[in-house]
Amino acid sequence: MRRWLIAGIVLLLKRMRRRPDRKRERIFAEAPPSPVGELVVLLLLLCGTACAVGFIVVYGLDRLGSQTQLLGLALGLSFAFFAAAATVFAYRLVPTAEEQEPYPEPDEHPDDEREVVQIAEESGDRITRSRLLKLGVAGAGTALGAALVVPTLSCGPFLDVDPLRRTPWRRGVRLVDSLGRVLRADDIEEDTFYTAFPHGAPHEQIGAPLVLVRLDPSELKLPDGRKGWAPEGILAYSKICTHAGCAVALYRTPLFEPTSDKPALVCPCHYSTFDPAAGGRVLFGPAGRPLPQLPLEIGGGGTLAAAGGFSDAIGPSWWGVRRT
Amino acid sequence: MKVALALVLSLGVVGSATAAPRGADLYAQKCASCHGSAAIGVPEPRRGEGQLGQTGIGPPLRGVGALAADFYLRTGYMPLRDPYDQPRRKTPAFGDDGIRALVAYIASFGGPGVPRPNPRRGTSSEGLTLFTENCAGCHQVAAEGGIVTGAIAPPLQSSSALDIAEAVRIGPYLMPRFSEQQISNRQLDSIIRYVLLTKDPDDRGGWGLGHLGPISEGIVAWLVAGSVLVLVAVVIGGRARKEQ
Repeated sequence: MRRWLIAGIVLLLKRMRRRPDRKRERIFAEAPPSPVGELVVLLLLLCGTACAVGFIVVYGLDRLGSQTQLLGLALGLSFAFFAAAATVFAYRLVPTAEEQEPYPEPDEHPDDEREVVQIAEESGDRITRSRLLKLGVAGAGTALGAALVVPTLSCGPFLDVDPLRRTPWRRGVRLVDSLGRVLRADDIEEDTFYTAFPHGAPHEQIGAPLVLVRLDPSELKLPDGRKGWAPEGILAYSKICTHAGCAVALYRTPLFEPTSDKPALVCPCHYSTFDPAAGGRVLFGPAGRPLPQLPLEIGGGGTLAAAGGFSDAIGPSWWGVRRT
Repeated sequence: MKVALALVLSLGVVGSATAAPRGADLYAQKCASCHGSAAIGVPEPRRGEGQLGQTGIGPPLRGVGALAADFYLRTGYMPLRDPYDQPRRKTPAFGDDGIRALVAYIASFGGPGVPRPNPRRGTSSEGLTLFTENCAGCHQVAAEGGIVTGAIAPPLQSSSALDIAEAVRIGPYLMPRFSEQQISNRQLDSIIRYVLLTKDPDDRGGWGLGHLGPISEGIVAWLVAGSVLVLVAVVIGGRARKEQ
């Protein structure tokens, strides 16, 4: 115990003696001490510490109403205080001075420069077929670049657009709902919309789903050549938006038309709005072409069936199918 | 005692019997300028006849029944200040008695009655499926509401079970109407059960941010946190430049 005590005293004395007595020559100009700055830094560090402790407390309590927000606030404030402390420290307590050192003259070491040039020239000595090598590097670079670009082909068919035009809809294909029940003309009411699929074909195909609405036949203004496409005012359009291929899942249908907008099919992705009364004409939004219409006919027993194929290519507009 | 009881009973009968005539008075005062006398509607704009002297125009209410009257009056959708506005949820303009009287008056022209939904009969998982198919396009899958071109699809957080049941059958403003053939009463119960579930979501990550998932969260992170960081950098950099 006594030995420890003596050792401690010796250490302490040595530390005290090590204090520099003589004044060394300064490199940096002397700046006055800033007790206020030190105090501010200490206070900021204290606040940061308090917030960090607060984080631990909130984490430990675990049953607070908005715990997530409090945790974020505590940690965020803690970081902010530490950052502020560091900023104040840098501005008030770190001495700043500009030192200049003259840049060496360009021809100060001519021998060294010559040597570097020579090394660079000699380093190519082992290459005998430099043109072939350059060609090889260029070829590899081109191939690698192409390998990076080629997968963009998956973004859409550029050459073979035929599958996009093929749909399961032919004359006489009956319309069924999502559960496979045959849809009758009497089922289709006004002021609401229905999703229909082709009977006996997979529903997942992009050309399969239809959106069905019934309008007053006297309000229809279908384009020329579509006479008889909408028996009893029942209209069928592809449910796939012509802009980005989302499902046209919205049908705005005014309860009292004189004071609100007219009926329209709306795509929820980018609000492309189509006029079902006018052959799917675009009323609003980014879609560049009308919603493709499917001609309908009412068969035996009042069942609904297609009377032909779509008026236009279905799905989003790829390069090859912008217009038909 | 018997006499008193009979008096109370007869008063009750008289009370319900006089509801329709009282409704007729209220209707003439508050509704007829847009919906026409005897609920025949005002199809062409009639200048200076609506509330506050505005153009009066409105649909006929014959045949809409207690269903629509109850929905529009209880939610405060009607009366509407400007007939060209979208009706929005607000405090009802009439008290319970007034609403009962007006509903009785409109119901006297015929039409469907007030539905009786029972969400406890439904299942929320079936409700989620049906809601996604039929409603989420406009109202969002978390029933937070959204927009259609030309209207706002309202959030459903303040809707009661009865509000939802009525709205599905009416199709207010630009909303489609769904018949019992499309959505059965049983399925409607499931939808209501699901919508009621979305009122009290479990926001594990803190704020819900519209319950739209990573898109809104990313927007907040990039726009809010990003701009704060840039601002701080500009402030610090600006001060450093000044001191040089």
